Amino acid sequence: MTEKSFISIEAIARRYPAAGGGRTTIFEDLWLPIRRGEFVCMIGHSGCGKTTVLNILAGLEAPSEGVVIVDGTAIEGPSLDRAVIFQSHALLPWRSVLGNVAFAVKSRWPEKDRAWIEAQARRFIELVGLAGSECKRPAELSGGMKQRVGIARALSIEPKILLMDEPFSALDALTRGTLQDEARRICQEAGQTTFMITHDVDEAMYLADRIVLMTNGPGARVAEIVENPLPRERSRTDLHRHPSYYPLRNHLIDFLVTRSRTFRDAPPAGYDPRHPPLVRPGATPGLVAGAQPAPAPAGLARAQGA
Amino acid sequence: MARSLTLRASVLSAAILATLLAAWHLATGGSGPVADMDPEYAKLMGQTAVQGTSAMPGPLEVGATLWRHLSDPFYIRGTNDMGIGIQLAHSVARVAAGYLLAVLVAIPAGFLIGMSPLMSRALDPFIQVMKPISPLAWMPLALYTIKDSGLSAIFVIFICSLWPMLINTAFGVASVRREWLNVARTLEVGPLRRAFAVILPAAAPTILTGMRISIGIAWLVIVAAEMLVGGTGIGYFVWNEWNNLSITNVIIAILVIGVVGMVLDQILARVARLVTFPE
Repeated sequence: MTEKSFISIEAIARRYPAAGGGRTTIFEDLWLPIRRGEFVCMIGHSGCGKTTVLNILAGLEAPSEGVVIVDGTAIEGPSLDRAVIFQSHALLPWRSVLGNVAFAVKSRWPEKDRAWIEAQARRFIELVGLAGSECKRPAELSGGMKQRVGIARALSIEPKILLMDEPFSALDALTRGTLQDEARRICQEAGQTTFMITHDVDEAMYLADRIVLMTNGPGARVAEIVENPLPRERSRTDLHRHPSYYPLRNHLIDFLVTRSRTFRDAPPAGYDPRHPPLVRPGATPGLVAGAQPAPAPAGLARAQGA
Repeated sequence: MARSLTLRASVLSAAILATLLAAWHLATGGSGPVADMDPEYAKLMGQTAVQGTSAMPGPLEVGATLWRHLSDPFYIRGTNDMGIGIQLAHSVARVAAGYLLAVLVAIPAGFLIGMSPLMSRALDPFIQVMKPISPLAWMPLALYTIKDSGLSAIFVIFICSLWPMLINTAFGVASVRREWLNVARTLEVGPLRRAFAVILPAAAPTILTGMRISIGIAWLVIVAAEMLVGGTGIGYFVWNEWNNLSITNVIIAILVIGVVGMVLDQILARVARLVTFPE
């Protein structure tokens, strides 16, 4: 598994000095390989350090222990090879849409002339469906449009890895759905390696090839890695009719509701944080390692996932 | 609606102005001969006792003198008799020189303080002690070291304009949103480009606020400073006319100081509007 991995998170930990002396461990001994072209979602409750993991991948923060290796080199800081889509879109409000994307393009290719930079920026603004809004300021855009600019800015530098920190969580359900469709289309067409943080089970199921489950913090770890059993070609409209849909969904929700806590407090026998169990919830329950025997009713699951 | 509000406000302003002018006119008009007295005695007693009028001029007198000043603002008939335009030009030039020097020092220094928590901590005691010092308290020291009254006035303007700009620049730079800096970091933007393309535009509204406070203070202080150093300038003009006991000219100077101060403030407000961004 590791020999094929493009990104390898190796034994990273994050500790803070605690209030009464000593240290608080947010997460520790976290191992995660990510393959090239793969879409990985990380799910966990608040406080398990998801965003910190993403920031470490981005190079914005350094782990207290451990390393992250990307394409054979350890991460030592931010890099143009890894683009970040921020939850709060983080657009520069004094620049137009074009100005924001061009700022990134110019950072990536400082030697190129103005016309080329503008053309490259326009290409990605068009890709996210914002052609015609190039001259608008972020304040004139809706939340969904702002996040589209954020996506265009991240993609315009043609990164090797795309990092997304709950990019759609601040949007309304309709806009979120549309943007998820677009993100899926763009990432799939480009074979983009993507790592995304989310707390939305449905988002993870729709977008991810693999879903990483984090136990609760403090002292969080990767509990297991769930292989998405849904077909790679999936559509939002009939996804829920797939026989693996509910087993997968129930597995994820069971984890978030109970196992994220119990797993941390009492890991199952033979649990090795270096090789977290790989599960593939599907129609055959036998394949699901350590799953709860009775899946929650679908209605309940929906309410909890919303 | 907005238009009618503007209209109503202007009508009200005009009414208030008219009331004030009328009250002024009536108050300084005098009550006529107050007592029948011997003309020799009346000469000794002066207008106040005889006619009930004070030396305080009425609005018509001030208006006439103002018109005379404005129709010939730039004459020079000697060191003590120069047009009001010349005096203003001297004041504005001093303010401009001291203020621009302060901009040149305060903005880079504010950047340094805003970006470095170490420098911020280290320089904070100095700023806290220097900030509340009345700029005029520097005057004797400035006169002794610089040995030139004109330059000393410029120094006083410099020192009083410095603090609001310095503090606002440091605050603006230090409070640039973390996410914008993170965008710059993930894009591997170099320090110079980060300073000019991210931090400066983000902090510009705060910096301009400081600059606007500074120009206001500088214009307040120049009048007092010129009363002290003398020679030229609108502050000197006020004091000179007081010595001439020309209350009319003192009132005119007060009006002109107000108008120029407003213009300076409005110029900076315009610039501030250019760099402000909606979020």
